[in-house]
Amino acid sequence: MRAAFASALTRLAEEDERVVLLTGDLGFMVWEPFAERFPDRFLNVGVAEQNMIGLATGLAEAGLRPYCYSIATFASLRPYEFVRNGPILHQLPVRIVGVGAGLDYGHNGVTHYALEDVAVMRAQPDISIVAPADPDQAVAALREVHELPGPTYLRIGKEPGVVPGLEGRFRLGGIETIGDGGDAVVVALGTMARDAIRAAELLRESGVDTTVAIVSSVRPSPAEELSDVLQRADLAVTVEAHYVDGGIGSLVAEVIAEHGVDCRLVRCGIREMPRGLTGSPDYLKGRLGLDAESIADAALRALERA
Amino acid sequence: MSLGREIRMQIVDRSMHARVGHIGSALSVADMLAALYGDVLGREEPQGVDRDRMVLSKGHAALALYAALVATERLDTSALDRYCADGSMLGVHPEHVVDGIDFSTGSLGQGLPVAAGAALAARLQRSARRAFVLMSDAECNEGSVWEAAMFASHHRLANLIALIDVNGQQALGYTRDVLDCEPLAERWRAFGWDVHEVDGHDAEAISATIHALDVEHGPPHLLLCRTTFGKGVSFMESRIEWHYLPLDAEQHARALAELRA
Repeated sequence: MRAAFASALTRLAEEDERVVLLTGDLGFMVWEPFAERFPDRFLNVGVAEQNMIGLATGLAEAGLRPYCYSIATFASLRPYEFVRNGPILHQLPVRIVGVGAGLDYGHNGVTHYALEDVAVMRAQPDISIVAPADPDQAVAALREVHELPGPTYLRIGKEPGVVPGLEGRFRLGGIETIGDGGDAVVVALGTMARDAIRAAELLRESGVDTTVAIVSSVRPSPAEELSDVLQRADLAVTVEAHYVDGGIGSLVAEVIAEHGVDCRLVRCGIREMPRGLTGSPDYLKGRLGLDAESIADAALRALERA
Repeated sequence: MSLGREIRMQIVDRSMHARVGHIGSALSVADMLAALYGDVLGREEPQGVDRDRMVLSKGHAALALYAALVATERLDTSALDRYCADGSMLGVHPEHVVDGIDFSTGSLGQGLPVAAGAALAARLQRSARRAFVLMSDAECNEGSVWEAAMFASHHRLANLIALIDVNGQQALGYTRDVLDCEPLAERWRAFGWDVHEVDGHDAEAISATIHALDVEHGPPHLLLCRTTFGKGVSFMESRIEWHYLPLDAEQHARALAELRA
């Protein structure tokens, strides 16, 4: 996804001379084409994320479209107050691009896992939050958010895998569904879509007709479309490479409560800080209850069919 | 009456009526703002893209900024009449929704990165506009100031002009006792800046120093403006408690009398 996003942003910079790319000294083998093509509009600001967001605030106020790139934890958490008092307070089109959704940086350890980036951004009004599920959707989402007048947080995955059946569809404020089973709906945040689809297949084999709802636009909120899907199911299982509090587990709980939906909720996500736990993203998902088997088991237990 | 004195009279008057503090900090920047708004900054439209940008990074001195904007007819005086009133846009810290204010501030350490971005934008857009930022000395406690200081000199942002109000005080004590930031001039020079030391209460000297800067080529510029906290009101000068205390009626009368003298 990262490579596709970088290519798409480079193409966007060809069309729109307002695009400026700032990186906090990250993006080896990612941004070289952009840097060679647009040397004046590529700025490695060094390992200084607070300054990066401050710079972007000044650039955007003057009419430019700064994209700020770093690993998701460093892009979202270190400069958080600068994001709040800069682009959010001033309503400026700064794009914060956090790479490494959830456990993508598996071997690097917990400092590199983005486990609360969506939660902290959800705590702020007036910033769009987009977590694409695959490369094609990331490209589509970039096009959609580019012209937004306010700030955007983009949570970009590292893996190249494509979500079968998604075909790059993306709508701000919408969800994308795969399948139309009425027993359960598995709601996946961005890059967890493929695991959710495999879990839905396992559930169908156990006789549970399942819909997968992919949430890639966290804000604008997909509450209305989520409500429609949840109304038709007995059980919702949320799946996110993120802490369970503040992400889409919380989002779906809010939708169920505020729309008065009669639907049981099970939240699959991370509940404790994974100290001293490293490994491949797939290994970590297995350990943390986020692989397809664990998701399906959680659903079956809730339906008392396990 | 000099612009600096006009700003001070407003600070003393408005803070008393609003019953809020941060008076000493506002008084110490009055002459710096007099130089900027009375002489240095252009008179372009408030929304004009090629206007100079100005960030009051020590946002707690906003009352001095409001007074400077009103005195130079950039802000309507009726807005200042509602300083710190319920529902007013003019609070203790400045917000960009107010006429003449480019950026909201109040959290220290955020102004220099933003001003550096404004200066960089001018370069990318081939505009002659300049970016000014007014910081406090204690604000240099913040690491983000030095992130931006490194960036600005590395990228030779000659159109970036920072002023530091060196009054030697911070909220709970003297800077030399809390977290000594001296030698400021040597530190900023070591970070690659063009540093000038001036009397922060001599508006003409501040203006002249800024007019003489090369804002097209070379490093970013810093004016270390040596000031007295609470300048102009004898019982406030260099007194820590006037970082926070509001004025009572008797103190207000004494302060105004001193400023008129």
